[in-house]
Amino acid sequence: MLAESLALSAVLFSIGAIGVLTRRNAIVIFMCVELMLNAVNLTFVALSKVYGMAGQVFVIFVMTVAAAEAAVGLAIIIAIFRHKQTVNLENINLLKG
Amino acid sequence: MPIDVTLPGGLTLALVPDLILMAGAMVLMLWSAWRPDSASHQRSVGIGALVVTLITTAAVIWFVASGAAAKQGGIVAVDSFRWAADLIFLLATFIAIAISIDYNTREGIDAPELHVLVLFATSGMMILAAARDLMIIFLGIELMSIAVYVLAGLNRRSARSAEAAIKYFLLGAFSTAFLLYGIALVYGATGSTNLAVIGETVAKYRLGDSPMLLAGIALLLVGFGFKVAAAPFHMWTPDVYEGAPTPITGYMAAAVKAAAFAAFLRVWIEGFSGAYLRWHLAVWWLAAITMVLGNVVALAQQNLKRLLAYSSIAHSGFVLVALVAGTPAGSSAFLFYLFAYTLATMGAFAVIVALGQPGESDLTIDSYSGLWNDRPWMAAAMTVFMLALLGFPIVGGIGFLAKWYVLQAALQAPAPQFKLATLLVITTTISAGYYLQVVRVMYMKPRPANAPARLPAGRLTQIVIGAAAILIVALGLFPDSIAGFAQRSVAQPTTTAPAAPGRMAVMSPGSAGAGR
Repeated sequence: MLAESLALSAVLFSIGAIGVLTRRNAIVIFMCVELMLNAVNLTFVALSKVYGMAGQVFVIFVMTVAAAEAAVGLAIIIAIFRHKQTVNLENINLLKG
Repeated sequence: MPIDVTLPGGLTLALVPDLILMAGAMVLMLWSAWRPDSASHQRSVGIGALVVTLITTAAVIWFVASGAAAKQGGIVAVDSFRWAADLIFLLATFIAIAISIDYNTREGIDAPELHVLVLFATSGMMILAAARDLMIIFLGIELMSIAVYVLAGLNRRSARSAEAAIKYFLLGAFSTAFLLYGIALVYGATGSTNLAVIGETVAKYRLGDSPMLLAGIALLLVGFGFKVAAAPFHMWTPDVYEGAPTPITGYMAAAVKAAAFAAFLRVWIEGFSGAYLRWHLAVWWLAAITMVLGNVVALAQQNLKRLLAYSSIAHSGFVLVALVAGTPAGSSAFLFYLFAYTLATMGAFAVIVALGQPGESDLTIDSYSGLWNDRPWMAAAMTVFMLALLGFPIVGGIGFLAKWYVLQAALQAPAPQFKLATLLVITTTISAGYYLQVVRVMYMKPRPANAPARLPAGRLTQIVIGAAAILIVALGLFPDSIAGFAQRSVAQPTTTAPAAPGRMAVMSPGSAGAGR
């Protein structure tokens, strides 16, 4: 079971990373980041079967932090929407150089 | 005074400075919500934040003076590396809050919570410097980053500020995911998140060849590379630094980077020194690419904030050279460098705040032309900061010594880094092209007749600029106290692995003074 779980989380993490790099919608990118975080959670849970509780404790911390990050991130996305009327990163290009 | 951090009481005692800072920040948060937002309230909360910073600094200094030390083990470190890093963060925090009080007044940002968020970010940094467990490092990084995401977008009326915030947030969260996956794989390979246990396990079972550990180290390297803005993970830096409010840019360039570096160094030296031969080459290339790219691209910049962004990337490369050395001398050179860099960078951003026009419209290098005639003291201070960043002797003060110690550490390591040291010297020469350009414009180029009149700078900003410039020059002339403190503040590898060169070389006491 351990090898399969680790492989699955590696696949999920890669899907998330590819999504971040290829998509241009801020909300979709944020969802891909969340997918990456949850893939890591799966790794921790799978490993805690071998090493004991620490992995599961870590998962609780990661979920808490991800919730805080989501609150701040969605607020920032709303702020940019108010300025630009879009959350597509292709149209967010004031800063260049 | 020995502290046993494995007991709850000892752990609380070891975290007293962090707890003071957090408690102060929470009280200030209530105070900032107590009254409606206004310019005077913003100022009063800012003064309160300065007081909290000073009290925390006093607590840290008390710990340094008491010689508190913890036994190995536990999840937080009580060593002088931590206190030295804390003092660097608190210095940057003090300057950032002081200049943002004046900046907010000028820009009309009536947001007293800015100062509170800076304090929360600083408490995250202090946790990072103390952390001896990957779990604590993750929490420290997130506590710091989430506060700084908000700070980058604090000027809500500015589209640039919002854009900086979203770019910083998306790439910051992306890099956090890499960091976290790296932690998970290291946990999988060694069975622990504690750095001391990881260090022992890696050395004892010779895990240097374990693919899971190597993948974990590689992912951690990517995550930290993003956080310290090392090329090729630096893409976000110029945009975010340009768009964020100027005092916050300085805070990010100095304190956030220093905190990420402190954790980076501790993880690498305490956790992975047993696998030195495996990661050495990767960090080597990271340092080389960062130095070259940061310095060369900075030459083309016209906007001063972008220029300093690339300069900060270049300095990441210089600091990485100290990490590649992997010795105690490298680790003390690392702290000394971060101190000098923090003073010079915060000083330079304070000058930008002092001379800025409302709306941040006036940030090109050319807008500094004729500064020597209008504001001779401001021009002199900016010259000191630029020359300190360049590493010029005497006038550049400790900037020169910082580069000198890094070079010395790189050349005296058991595996001397001749190529990297050569590259450091060459790229420093390149960096003269843009630092001296700023100085030349200030002294030699007349100010155009139609340029807007310069506004008077705030009192606090002036005091901070003067103090930073004087400190840089004075400590450059009398570096013994601070160099001695940096030499005692080394992160020790926990293992006796034969592959770890950190065991063998110790900087001789007399060698530090040779820099003068």
